[in-house]
Amino acid sequence: MSKLPLRARLATSLSGAAGRVSRMTGRGDGSVIGGVLGLRVEPELLRLLAADRQVVLVTGTNGKTTTTRLITAALGALGQDVASNAFGANMEAGLASALGRAPDAPYAVLETDERYLPAVIAATQPRVVVLLNLSRDQMDRAAEIWLTARRWRAALANAEGCVVVANADDPLIAWAASSAPRVTWVAAGQRWHEDSWCCPECGSHLQRDELGWRCGECGFARPSTRWVLSGDSVIDDSGQMRELALALPGRANASNAVIALAVASHFGATVDQALPRLRGVKSVAGRYTQVQRQGRLVRLLLAKNPAGWLEAFDVLAPIPVPVLLAVNAQTPDGKDTSWLWDVDYRVLLGRPVFVTGERRIDLALRLEADDVPFQLVDGIDDAISRVSGGELDVIANYTAFQQIRALVGRTE
Amino acid sequence: MTDRVGKHAATEDTAETVILPAPRKPYENGNGDYGADLPLRRAAGRHAGDPGVARTDVDSLSSLTNEAEPDPVARAGGAGRPSALRLVWVYPDLLSTYGDRGNLLVLARRARLRGIDIEAVEVNSDQPVPRQGDIYLLGGGEDLPQILAANRLRNDGGVVAAAEQGAVVFAVCAGYQVLGHAFGGVDGEPVAGLGVLDITSGRGDRRGVGELVADVDPALSVPRFTGFENHQGVTRLGSGARPLAQVTMGVGNGDGTEGAYAGKILGTYMHGPALARNPGLADLLLSWVVGRLAPLDPEAEEWASQLRAERLAAVGG
Repeated sequence: MSKLPLRARLATSLSGAAGRVSRMTGRGDGSVIGGVLGLRVEPELLRLLAADRQVVLVTGTNGKTTTTRLITAALGALGQDVASNAFGANMEAGLASALGRAPDAPYAVLETDERYLPAVIAATQPRVVVLLNLSRDQMDRAAEIWLTARRWRAALANAEGCVVVANADDPLIAWAASSAPRVTWVAAGQRWHEDSWCCPECGSHLQRDELGWRCGECGFARPSTRWVLSGDSVIDDSGQMRELALALPGRANASNAVIALAVASHFGATVDQALPRLRGVKSVAGRYTQVQRQGRLVRLLLAKNPAGWLEAFDVLAPIPVPVLLAVNAQTPDGKDTSWLWDVDYRVLLGRPVFVTGERRIDLALRLEADDVPFQLVDGIDDAISRVSGGELDVIANYTAFQQIRALVGRTE
Repeated sequence: MTDRVGKHAATEDTAETVILPAPRKPYENGNGDYGADLPLRRAAGRHAGDPGVARTDVDSLSSLTNEAEPDPVARAGGAGRPSALRLVWVYPDLLSTYGDRGNLLVLARRARLRGIDIEAVEVNSDQPVPRQGDIYLLGGGEDLPQILAANRLRNDGGVVAAAEQGAVVFAVCAGYQVLGHAFGGVDGEPVAGLGVLDITSGRGDRRGVGELVADVDPALSVPRFTGFENHQGVTRLGSGARPLAQVTMGVGNGDGTEGAYAGKILGTYMHGPALARNPGLADLLLSWVVGRLAPLDPEAEEWASQLRAERLAAVGG
């Protein structure tokens, strides 16, 4: 901290004070307002705060917050402090705030919004950039994902001294990462294919088989991988296989964990050192949290887009545990609910389905088209009152999740 | 492939007089058990997320791929009509960015509820477009996939041939623009479309994003449109196309009108999806193939009606 210029120190302490006020007044977790104030005083704050640290940037459409948390946990094996924007404030202000709060941490793991990645790479000179996946998300305000990938490509081509850790199973990610001087490819899997039927390089229809994907026309193909998710096990870059046995559920989190292990190994943390720490992560910013509510065990899952819903369905408790689906369409959610029609709900057949949220009628019409029986309810307590007992899984998009979480209580 | 829930009556008469049998069973709203029969076999395969499942099976649809003998009377509603209504979803791998599957699902459901069998096929951009479909669907997409789709569809010729033979074509957003003479490319440069609809599109100054409300051409007898638009395209209609609707909220074509149609070819900027928000438009498309449709049980319309009322109220439409 003391090596920062005076102006940056002032900016950092102002930002910390504003963040405390924000938390005390219950307006938020304080990570954005603090950073905004700090950046206004010192536009170079992010660059100054990141200087002389080992920075990891984590981006992609889904899994950013969880993977950031897992990498932070893994780097804990090195026995030094790790700065991180653990609560998903992932634009410049949130990043500056996270660094300002941990001025002496030699490591920083920063979740980074897809749109800001090139600017944040330039500002923080990262050691590692993690590219998870790219799929449709909030189409009314986000850039087209191919254009996002193209911007990443340009930024990574010039990122000297940086290693990209990328999911080779996502063709758009592979294309974005392949411009980088050094890439560690991870076979992390891809369940959602609807945004990658075509070659990002030439546009031809991609061929897929159990070995991966390949363009029949230009030859662009899945790179060979050094780290592999195989079932519930990780195969590391020396070929050793270990069971993951995470507390976090689902294939998507297993995939995030393998990526976290690959990142940790770049900093010298072995799988044997890092993996127990990954197993200790039980919930992430309220996601996967189980809370008691009126005698029921309620589990909260956040899913913001079709690919996320597909992964959320994968971690539902077994049939016939009921599920509550909650959908809003506020600005952070995207105002166009058309994406609901990209999700296949028929996997929900056989369990009670409750529907709530500000756009529950959109969801009702969608479920009707899939012939999935459901009940419309007025929020989570209404759903709970209709459940005989035991468990209830909740899948909600962004602001619907925040509303439910505010009601059932923040447990972190 | 075919949903054999009710034999569709073929008649010797024109499409206008086809009388459809009653739905297989009373429709139930949310709490009922509909059973899990799947009208769209290909949709099931794709949605299962199984890369090993071929997404379309054009070869198995001999009636759809009989390109050597384009026979206009073999189309639905004519003499010798095959038993099922044939829905062709064109290039979901390129043009399906905004829930466009919903338009297919809504058409299929509203047909099934009237006892009409459905054959649905998804045709990827590396496959030939069958020429004997009854209704062709084109969805929305990003700039580059739109250009690829236009180029491939021009080379393939299937959609153009089907349109010339009188098939129904329903296109949304990027797909709508592709039906015209030209549209704006990545940097606004004109890209050739299929020219089956007398419209020309370019890029506007800013993106039109938000709820859209429009009053439909009275000749079509369809209730007021509600949709969600998200496009930078501006579309100018030639004398061979009529505006589909007059915009009361939103951007649409950019000149106060929304969408265009000529004969049985119809395009719109509306997502939502358009046919989920506007079941009257879905029925119009179906009626163009099979003739007058029996009204649905009000219970079967309940959620769509509620959604329409909610969306129109939300924007003061």
